[in-house]
Amino acid sequence: MTDVTDVTDVTDVLAPPAPGHDVELPQTHLPAGTGGGHLDEPHGHGHEDHGPTGILKWLTSTDHKVIGLSYMITSIVLFYFAGIMALFIRLQLTTPHSSLLTFGQYNELFTMHGSLMLYLFAGPFAFGGLANYVVPLQIGAPDMAFPRLNALSYWLYLTGSITMLLGFLVAGGAASFGWVAYAPLSSAASSPGIGGDVWIMALVLTGFSAIFTGVNLVATIFYLRAPGMTMFRMPIFTWNMLVTGILILIAFPVLTGALVMLFCDRHFGTHIFTVTGCHLVNGAPYSGCGSPLLWQNLFWFFGHPEVYILALPFFGIVTEVLPVFSRKPVFGYKGMVFATMAIAALSTGVWAHHMFTTGAVLLPFFSFLSLLIAVPTGIKFFNWIGTMWGGQLVFTTPMLFCIGFLLAFLMGGVTGIMLASPPIDFATHDTYFVVAHFHQVLVGTAVFAGFAGFYYWYPKMFGRMLNDTLGKWHFWLLFVGFWLTFMPQYIVGLKGMPRRVASYPTDLGWQIYNELSTIGAFIIAVSFAIMLWNLWQSWRKPIPAGNNPWDAHTLEWFTTSPPPHHNYTHLPPIRSERPTWDYNHPDALAVPHGVVAEAAAHARKKEPVA
Amino acid sequence: MRVEAILLLFLGVFFGIVGLVYWFWSSEQAGTAMLVGTCLLGFLPGSYYFWWHRRMGYRVEDREDASIEEGAGEINSFPGSSIWPFILGMGAFLTVISLVFGIWLILPGITLIVTALVGVTAESRRGGHV
Repeated sequence: MTDVTDVTDVTDVLAPPAPGHDVELPQTHLPAGTGGGHLDEPHGHGHEDHGPTGILKWLTSTDHKVIGLSYMITSIVLFYFAGIMALFIRLQLTTPHSSLLTFGQYNELFTMHGSLMLYLFAGPFAFGGLANYVVPLQIGAPDMAFPRLNALSYWLYLTGSITMLLGFLVAGGAASFGWVAYAPLSSAASSPGIGGDVWIMALVLTGFSAIFTGVNLVATIFYLRAPGMTMFRMPIFTWNMLVTGILILIAFPVLTGALVMLFCDRHFGTHIFTVTGCHLVNGAPYSGCGSPLLWQNLFWFFGHPEVYILALPFFGIVTEVLPVFSRKPVFGYKGMVFATMAIAALSTGVWAHHMFTTGAVLLPFFSFLSLLIAVPTGIKFFNWIGTMWGGQLVFTTPMLFCIGFLLAFLMGGVTGIMLASPPIDFATHDTYFVVAHFHQVLVGTAVFAGFAGFYYWYPKMFGRMLNDTLGKWHFWLLFVGFWLTFMPQYIVGLKGMPRRVASYPTDLGWQIYNELSTIGAFIIAVSFAIMLWNLWQSWRKPIPAGNNPWDAHTLEWFTTSPPPHHNYTHLPPIRSERPTWDYNHPDALAVPHGVVAEAAAHARKKEPVA
Repeated sequence: MRVEAILLLFLGVFFGIVGLVYWFWSSEQAGTAMLVGTCLLGFLPGSYYFWWHRRMGYRVEDREDASIEEGAGEINSFPGSSIWPFILGMGAFLTVISLVFGIWLILPGITLIVTALVGVTAESRRGGHV
């Protein structure tokens, strides 16, 4: 098999010719014996990958862009699968005693819906897909630090996803103990059959995939930044991916370890999370017995940082999109960075707020830290509004999705603050109030902000635009459907409807809220059908994008769309967190943080390129 | 490397303090163990990066006034393509699901893993730039 190894030399990423100046490009230097290409196009695909073609190219590629796109396509396909499952769930709940699904099928569907959305879509779409593609471009790197490890991450993710879906084909059906797999419900006695085992192994595979990606992200950002790209000049998206990478390294090993222990409990006779078979002394298990609460501690030590692993990348996307379509630098750059760090640090100390009603956790400690997260999150909201304030707002599709995120996440955040208070949590725990809360948080981030990023970077990835009118239809239908789906769930939750039930009494007045919620879910489905149509149109009738269709700020918009192999044939001087903007607007008055106007003007005069 | 080191050291300090408070307040073992582990996750690489920073000083990517040309030279080796991650991934897949679908799957699984490890090592040596 091919074993092409390129050694990229930065003499081939020299600064570009100044606008209007015809400057000869330097010769590319590639050491002998490498498989590197030639710099034979002044602004094009200078380094062509002379490796395999077709499906073999996909199987063997170690290019972060190919891997990033593979992650994104796989995760979006899984998102559609999980969405279809949600529609079945909603149909079942539209009437009180629906016979559409059996109780067992219903349990399988909500388990797999949650598992696909959280483990296989939201996270991998962000840190495997968008970050894989965008982070090396934003810091001026030729690739991720460990390209082969990056490829391995994808194959583990893909096989883990296939393993998860295999659950539907095995005897006894897929896992049906919820995405949190609480012990002892997930024990072999309570959940027999291999569906649960398949679920565990799927998460072991994807867990390792996430850990490898986390290592790769951190190493890439620490070691492969272009000259002048200091840590405090990195785009906020890259900052957030760095912090997300560290959070992955904190959280995922705990989950993987817990899953191995759960498997041992199910098959090898250990009793780590169960008390079955233990000897009791005076009615209490002696010290050798397991503890179901230990599973909750381990799971949520992963699970709550996971919520922020799913949120921080999307905060980063919003922080990239809002300044571009407000025609301003981001407001409060350093505040954003420190808020990201604070959110990540605090998120690792609040895991047991999911366990308030167990009666076995330290309520004031976890409540206080949970409430404290509202402060850095509030700073972020303040800065996002500050970025838009006084800007020349352009309501393109990505911008609309970001505004949709702000509203959705605000509502989800406010109800999160309510749930951080133990008395409120005791009253609403395991009701639809909680379901509505976390869907508003996660749909706000992974869907609204995630697809903002998709619409925003799609021109860079494919060199063609998506139709803006269809994009706006997608947004508005999603927006209406989203609020119609989840606002009634808050009310029905406060009226006492528990989550994870396939039928409910007819005389409690819950049906109307469930009907509204189902209508909203189908409006969301229509919106995503429009997105598919938009992609099809883009494929059939491409609208060329150019290198920088949004007049964006960060480094990825300096290279071609799509970028060449190893990303750059040359780089601009990096004197702020907006190098592409600085290069394209040498006379602009607005300067980013930390650069006084005179110094910026001086740098522009002194450093252009030739 | 200074900012990177401080970032990780801060992680260690923060979780050290939180871990201490949590232990003395709750006496709960599992959470304390995980907080201490997180504290070490910050201190170990953070100390290493700080040591490297003291040895190397400021790199071109750490300096605000660095020009692109100053970074000239070899950055890293980047394999253009390689089949071995795919082989390794399939080996890991078979090995893991052998615990569910039949232990015999571990044979092809381990074979693929060993083949891939030998292959990727040989590939790296042939490339000569790793």
